[in-house]
Amino acid sequence: MVEPLLSVEGISHRFGGLLAVDAASLWAPAGSITSLIGPNGAGKTTLFAVISGFLKPTAGRVRYGGEDVTGEPPHRLARRGMARTFQITKPFAGLSVRDNILIGAHLRHPARADALAVAETVARDVGLGELLDRPAHTMTAAARKRLELARALATEPKLLLLDEVLAGLNPSEIREVVPVIRALAGRGLAVVMIEHVMQAVMSLSAHVFVLAEGRIIAEGSPAHVTADPAVVEAYLGHGAAAKVGAHDVH
Amino acid sequence: MPSPLILVAAVLNGLMTGAVYALVALGLTLIYGVLHIINFAHGALLSAALFAAFFAYQILGLDPYLAVFVLAPVFFALGYALQRFVIGPAARGDERNMLLVTLGLSVFIENALLYAFRANTRTVEVSYAFKSIDLGFTFLAVPRLVSLAAVFAVAFVLWLIMALTDTGKAIRAVAKEKLGAELAGIDVAHVYALTFGLGTACVAIAACLLIPTYYVNPSAGNAFVPVAFTIVVLGGMGSVPGALIGGLVIGVVESLAGFFLGESLGEVGIFLIFILVLLVRPRGLFGSST
Amino acid sequence: MKGFLLIAIVVAAFAAVPLVVHSNVTLNFLVVALLIALAGQGWNVLGGYGGQYSFGHAAFFGTGAYVTAVLQMRYGVNAWIGFAAGIAAGSAVGAIVGTLAFRAGLRSSYFALVTLAFAEVLRILASVAPITGAGVGMLIKLDLRAQSFQFQSRALFYLVILALVAVALVTAQMLERSRFGAWLIAVRENEDAAMALGVDAFSIKLGAMVLSAAITAAAGGFYAQYFLFVDAGIAYGTWISIEALLTPVIGGVGTVFGPLVGALAAKSLGEGAKLVTGDVPGLDLMIYGAMLVLVIRFVPHGIVGAFADVSDRIKRRVLAARAPAREAVHG
Ligand SMILES: Nc1ncnc2c1ncn2[C@@H]1O[C@H](COP(=O)(O)OP(=O)(O)O)[C@@H](O)[C@H]1O
Ligand SMILES: [Mg+2]
Repeated sequence: MVEPLLSVEGISHRFGGLLAVDAASLWAPAGSITSLIGPNGAGKTTLFAVISGFLKPTAGRVRYGGEDVTGEPPHRLARRGMARTFQITKPFAGLSVRDNILIGAHLRHPARADALAVAETVARDVGLGELLDRPAHTMTAAARKRLELARALATEPKLLLLDEVLAGLNPSEIREVVPVIRALAGRGLAVVMIEHVMQAVMSLSAHVFVLAEGRIIAEGSPAHVTADPAVVEAYLGHGAAAKVGAHDVH
Repeated sequence: MPSPLILVAAVLNGLMTGAVYALVALGLTLIYGVLHIINFAHGALLSAALFAAFFAYQILGLDPYLAVFVLAPVFFALGYALQRFVIGPAARGDERNMLLVTLGLSVFIENALLYAFRANTRTVEVSYAFKSIDLGFTFLAVPRLVSLAAVFAVAFVLWLIMALTDTGKAIRAVAKEKLGAELAGIDVAHVYALTFGLGTACVAIAACLLIPTYYVNPSAGNAFVPVAFTIVVLGGMGSVPGALIGGLVIGVVESLAGFFLGESLGEVGIFLIFILVLLVRPRGLFGSST
Repeated sequence: MKGFLLIAIVVAAFAAVPLVVHSNVTLNFLVVALLIALAGQGWNVLGGYGGQYSFGHAAFFGTGAYVTAVLQMRYGVNAWIGFAAGIAAGSAVGAIVGTLAFRAGLRSSYFALVTLAFAEVLRILASVAPITGAGVGMLIKLDLRAQSFQFQSRALFYLVILALVAVALVTAQMLERSRFGAWLIAVRENEDAAMALGVDAFSIKLGAMVLSAAITAAAGGFYAQYFLFVDAGIAYGTWISIEALLTPVIGGVGTVFGPLVGALAAKSLGEGAKLVTGDVPGLDLMIYGAMLVLVIRFVPHGIVGAFADVSDRIKRRVLAARAPAREAVHG
């Protein structure tokens, strides 16, 4: 069997007294969308931060492309082809949309002209083509989410970690972004998305991991995990069950 | 090995010097704890307060220990006004702006003093400047004993303000959770200014305690800045007990170091300690955001 | 390309000044203004583009000045070589301070404090070390020959400092157009986001610090050759740390022409005040301190930035008028 592009093995991370991630394991193959779901505070963002090198795990290993990359700094992982978006968006506020994406494009294109061309193409792909000259600090929350996505894509990644890029978008905006993400997997990227929009998870992902209180409590096909009583309980316990099916996405 | 009694004397001396350091550091740490800014104008404000104490004595004949009760409120008001009408509006909450604004104020105050009073060094002559108490093995200078006592008094009063008054509660609320305090209807700009005022009042008190035995010129206050910064970083940014204890400790360390190494190494030493403290403290303690 | 053309025009205009102005007082004023602009351009690389505000650029200025002077006077080294060595030594100090500060993760206030402390340490050491002339300072022997980096005519000195400023302007312009510069700006705007996009924030900041130190050290070396005297209070004094940051702040941080514009504005104001009240100590720095506060309060992007803001606003209004429908959808 071929090793998946990303495999996370028994990662734990502790913030002082709080064990935010507790021996979590997951994997994500190229050319497919994997979802990571779970109630608020489950440790999903923390797990992403560990995978992408922003936090050093207390225990466990991150394997990427067949190598152990645990503890490597973020910029080196980005060079290896790992890209992430931030749940709380971090735009380069003083720069235009074009220059924001340019920074990402520079990773593979040292020459400014080449990087600018890539930035414009990527911007058009995610629907920011009209906003290229806008200063990032004047953008709406929804547009910032797209900017996160665009910057990450501009680095031409092999693995894309998306932290709630659909949150806060209205249904028509979600309908615009979902095909973009699907196309990425179609192009061979490994996509891991943290998502609350259940319909998107159901329609997009091949495999779903469920995190609750730092532990992976279930995994499998979308249909399989949503039928799992442990998952339903984890959500109901936090009153989030209502979210399931609240959005209508195709 | 020097006799233990001499060492005890050096420690006592250090404690008394450290008292003034603690007071200067107290103001700095108070401002940092609430506003999260390093007040680069602190040293210049100390110089200004030294001039104020000097002229209060020279022109009005006001004894420095009595001048405290005038200058502390005056400098409180000055600090309040500076934060409310100059620093706050100019910096607009941006950390880099705050840095530059307090630096600009510092340069302005110091050079305005230089412009007005020239670089001459002045001293006051009070009758008790050289009074001391004979302990048998050493002498304790009375003005320094007064400083030590005053620092504890100031710390106690500050504690009373913080613990018991509504103002103190508001200050603590803002220090802990600015957004929450704002939502709870606390006027944050007012609280910031109050805190800056309290910090500046500490400087005025320190000046009144210093002037009987120290000197004044436009950069006199700067001598205390690296020491005060070191104490604040060492004692934990924003921690009042930390500043108090840190001040006394640094005073003792300096006194012992002067005793063993000689005075000349002192000035470089304090900067090197300061750099070391900044560099080796784990980065988590420097929780300042970009 | 437009940027380089503008630099060429500005430099050519400055170069023409000695053809019409022969007053030594005026030329001296311009030399000093350009010297401060150069020191400020150094600060601008790190502070303006990189967002790392140093309060201790005197550390680099002073090292440039002292190494230039000491190599000549103590070791008989040629002045130009001494000048180059001064730049190298300044860069080395930048590399050391940068490595320590950035490794320790120092940011904003703490970075300002630590740079200030390093400059002070060097100042105190220079005021006691015999090799620097200790408290007395160091005179450079008068030797008015070009190969000794000394010139009979002030106009030549002026052209040399202008050439150095031109190099610094071109450097800044290249920075704006390069990947290194883009990454440096990204680190200023958001370090985490930059790292996620593959930017090695530590190396970028360190590189900026070394470049910044080199430029400011060049200003220091020139200072030594122009005034033929250095002492600890001049070379490592707080005045230069302040003027190095003041000029870009007034002119516009993170802009190519900010330091030059700011230096001319600050020096004009300082000299103007001296004309009015006479040369009283403290006057110019008092004005600079007030300017710093007032500029941040009322012209937060500096003079160059203010012009850019206005032209941006006009451009946006024109665009909005042309395509109102589009703006409405995305606004
Ligand atoms: N920097 C941090 N310091 C301390 N605790 C944190 C930090 N970041 C997150 N946490 C805590 O870790 C837990 C997991 O948070 P997070 O990973 O953001 O969850 P999720 O993304 O699943 O909502 C939460 O209890 C959160 O409060
Ligand atoms: Mg999260």
